[in-house]
Amino acid sequence: MAEVRDARGLLCPEPVLMVKKEMDRPGSSTFQVLVDSEAAKNNITRLAGKMKWQISAEQNGEEYLLTLKKK
Amino acid sequence: MNQKALIIFSGAVVGLLGVVLVVLGNPANMGFCIACFLRDIAGGLGLHRAGVVQYLRPEILGLVLGAFLAAAYKRDFRAMGGSNPLTRFVLAFFAMLGMLIFLGCPLRAILRLAGGDLNALAGLAGLVAGVAAGIFFLQKGFTLGRAVVQNKPNGYIFPVIVLVVLALLLVKPAFIFFSENGPGAMHAPLAVSLAAGLLVGILAQRSRLCMVGGVRDFILFRDFYLLYGFLAILATALAGNLIAGDFNPGFASQPIAHSETLWNFLGMTLGGFASVLLGGCPLRQLVSAAEGNMDSAITVTGLLAGAAFAHNFGLAASPKGVPAAGQVALFIGFAAVLAIAIINSKLIFKQEVVADGRSQGCARSPLS
Repeated sequence: MAEVRDARGLLCPEPVLMVKKEMDRPGSSTFQVLVDSEAAKNNITRLAGKMKWQISAEQNGEEYLLTLKKK
Repeated sequence: MNQKALIIFSGAVVGLLGVVLVVLGNPANMGFCIACFLRDIAGGLGLHRAGVVQYLRPEILGLVLGAFLAAAYKRDFRAMGGSNPLTRFVLAFFAMLGMLIFLGCPLRAILRLAGGDLNALAGLAGLVAGVAAGIFFLQKGFTLGRAVVQNKPNGYIFPVIVLVVLALLLVKPAFIFFSENGPGAMHAPLAVSLAAGLLVGILAQRSRLCMVGGVRDFILFRDFYLLYGFLAILATALAGNLIAGDFNPGFASQPIAHSETLWNFLGMTLGGFASVLLGGCPLRQLVSAAEGNMDSAITVTGLLAGAAFAHNFGLAASPKGVPAAGQVALFIGFAAVLAIAIINSKLIFKQEVVADGRSQGCARSPLS
């Protein structure tokens, strides 16, 4: 299964930067990121749209597990 | 309403209220200013004794309560904290100093521009430069570390303090200061200011409106989302000022402003730099504190302390310009913020604790 990055408890824009860095890594095609705020989820979703990555979110209580896949 | 429409709507409402509150009595080009109003609150509580800027501004109190209600209703309220509170306090202290040398927070910079105060351009240029400096360190791995979930009742402390301050405003006990002249004596009717604050708080919580974030996300990701709010404020406030006859373009004799371009630029550079490291402008910090983030609440106390020091020690600018002591303090601020940026990024020190692992606090084994 894809590697899970933990972005819980980080204030913006750190979760988005973390995702951007992972997207920019050569050979990166799929990974997951765990966030704990709707704001971080929305920001990462917007970035994914811009970078043309697929994103799906799974909510677990107050946390979201986001799965990103390169299109 | 989709997110983009919401942020444009929020910005438009803030811009409009910025004009309306001035028409109803707030100081010119200061319908809504987080830095100025926190400074006035510091004065109202007697934390500084600059007699012309003392008033427990209901806009701020309403904003916090509105954001709290919106967060509670939407289940966004979460008690979080523990991400370098003292460092945040120091950053906020100097962010406020920079803003009081410019004479306004990023929000007021837009409102000043919308009123024709072209000195605001130097401030906005400084804001962009400061944000760019902060981004440099973010890209070098700057982080203040993770906040962790705290016991929920702790998150209520900040909104309760705000309620107490609101009670002091309503009861007006003798130990609370109210300016008799100057900007602190100029204010819209209390109920209107409070309602405006509530509305802005709700909208800012839902849209996450943030001036510093707008510039930051644009530079970092070419993401316009937060910038739309910024531009909506400018457009509506400009239109409103034109209609109200409050648009007076020029540099000289602008209300509660000075024309020292270099200091306007540098003041806001420091404000923007420190704000990016804090994760948002003073408006966003108030909203975040209302959502239960205790690190943001500490940031707000840092802003209040910065305002108190700036006025007690004659560091803040006035329409006459920036005092020499303020100029020195500004450079001390740059040194402090730069040092914090360096020690919390991966430029020199390899971080061990915060960036890659969830802090375990006391549960961490000392031997591992």
